Amino acid sequence: MGHALQDLWYGFGVALQPNHLMWSVFGVLLGNLIGVLPGLGALTAISMLLPLTYVIAPVPAILMLAGIFYGSMYGGAIGAILLNLPSHPPHAVTCIDGYPLTKKGRGGAALGVTMAASFFAASVGILIMIFLSPVLEVVAFKFGPTEISSIMLLGLLAGATMSRGSPLKGVAMTVFGLFVGTIGTDVISGTQRYTFGINELSDGVDLAALSLGLFGIADFLVTINRVHIKGSDAKVRMRDMRPTREEMKQAFMPMLRGTAVGCLFGAMPGTGPTITTFIAYALERKVAKDPSRFGHGAIEGVAAPEAAAHSKTQVDFIPTMSLGIPGDAVMALLLGALVIKGVQPGPQMISEHPDLFWGLIASFWIGNVLLIILNVPLIGVWVKLLQVPYRLLYPAAMFFIAIGVYSTHNSLFDVLEVGVFGIFGAIFLALDFPVAPVVLGYVLGPLLEENFRRAMLLSRGELSVFVTRPISGWIIGACTLLILGQIWAYARRLRVPRTLATEELMVE
Amino acid sequence: MRPLRRFNKDRVSGTLLVLLGAGIVAQGLQYRMGTLTRMGAGFVPVVLGTLLALVGVAVFVTAEPGDFGTAEKHPTEWRGWICILGAVVAFVVIGEYGGLVPATLTTVFLAAMGDRENSVRDAALLSVGVTLAGVLIFIYGLKMIFPLFAWGH
Repeated sequence: MGHALQDLWYGFGVALQPNHLMWSVFGVLLGNLIGVLPGLGALTAISMLLPLTYVIAPVPAILMLAGIFYGSMYGGAIGAILLNLPSHPPHAVTCIDGYPLTKKGRGGAALGVTMAASFFAASVGILIMIFLSPVLEVVAFKFGPTEISSIMLLGLLAGATMSRGSPLKGVAMTVFGLFVGTIGTDVISGTQRYTFGINELSDGVDLAALSLGLFGIADFLVTINRVHIKGSDAKVRMRDMRPTREEMKQAFMPMLRGTAVGCLFGAMPGTGPTITTFIAYALERKVAKDPSRFGHGAIEGVAAPEAAAHSKTQVDFIPTMSLGIPGDAVMALLLGALVIKGVQPGPQMISEHPDLFWGLIASFWIGNVLLIILNVPLIGVWVKLLQVPYRLLYPAAMFFIAIGVYSTHNSLFDVLEVGVFGIFGAIFLALDFPVAPVVLGYVLGPLLEENFRRAMLLSRGELSVFVTRPISGWIIGACTLLILGQIWAYARRLRVPRTLATEELMVE
Repeated sequence: MRPLRRFNKDRVSGTLLVLLGAGIVAQGLQYRMGTLTRMGAGFVPVVLGTLLALVGVAVFVTAEPGDFGTAEKHPTEWRGWICILGAVVAFVVIGEYGGLVPATLTTVFLAAMGDRENSVRDAALLSVGVTLAGVLIFIYGLKMIFPLFAWGH
């Protein structure tokens, strides 16, 4: 305990270094800004700034990316509540009750409650991270290639099946992502795989190009001339953000429950934040005395999912950092950035890069304090930004995508890659595939292949090691349960076409 | 906007996945397979391709036969698609042979023209604005290496 506090103190020292603090503030501000802009979410924000991290040191790079991440989550809530526009899927639930509140003229209060709930939940999540990470670090040291392969499999399976939409299609996208990860030079034999003689592909597909294609261009292709995003004329001033005493009382317990839900799911690799917010919302409806208020502006329906999203986000960093297994696509991008910087996340990371790990934790707290300070006075500016029409926004974003990807390797070929993945992504989206698992598969693919091949080498080709080694056996057991659960759910759906529960989870 | 021919999304998805998986396997077989103990470069891709094709079959089989409805929500949008993809290609081609300034002007203008609500004037103004901001931020601010003009390079 004392040890953790000492480490944390050290972390604050790292995070408060002027250079680091500057990047952190920059990330938080930019994330908040991009999160507010209609149609651009955390994934786009991080992908767009990924290239910038190539030129700065690992510690400030990751501080900045993390800042963008939670900054854009604060920003996303603003768009969801005032515009009924979820730019980042986890905010979809917030819209259900947040927007009716805006129509009732309590949008400002909803934002105030959201910020308080987010801050509280993030703080709890950070505390859990501080005290749980060293424990997990000890456990993680018992992990060999076999165990790492199995837990990656679990993470991938969970990521594929727990996102919204068809689980089979999620699995398909994960496998596709794993395949994209194999493109390039095979590290073990040096063979060029799927490069078709194109020299630029020998280093593999660029992470920024892949994610900007899938989350940027693909999205533009699907939404153009179809979705008409109107600016908001809601006016919110600083003093509107103070919730009434009654609203605070109503939001308090949901905030606690939401935080708990988020923490619980955060520790599970592969469960995305979206599913977490839906569960938090469903729980509030279950425990509410009068569930009919939900959907018509219940403040509980805003506080709980936002709290869940934020505590989940923080706790999610635990498996990402200590095991190297990202919980969702955003974490996968962060992980990818670390790998590019030559930092291998995993059991050794906390001891090998304490500055990075503890600095990151401290910066979370600093970032969240900053966001509260920033968002209250800047709310007027954010509301103005919400009025920027999409028709002017996406062409500008196109340029930033193109130049951003170019800058990673000073290569125009990478820009073409963005276009190609944009087409792939648009086809997938049009066919109702979830695209986020592609990035998860892409980042984990090479790591999984390497560990799997090593595990097989060690066991002399015995596949049974995955079940006979105890830790790995338990994890494979969990994978089996997950698959059986999906089959059971499918069989049940065949019998009862659409239960109330699935209907509830499908609201969008 | 003419709607696409009605089709069953899951059937199309399944077929697409099977084709994609088969392609991956076909190409993967060109690389050394090796044994389970010493896997060659082709082993993992072939396994992945097979898996993708199998999932494709499962998607196809579990498709709900009458589910045609959703296709109508996505009418063809050639103007938007051509403009956006054209903007990407324009950036690459003009960036290579013309330099950053003409590339940015064309990319932003083309992309903006994809939206039916944008007039030529709006698109032109936007492209000039973004180009100015882009040059300031990336060339003078971040000192990126990208010639502003590169005629006949």
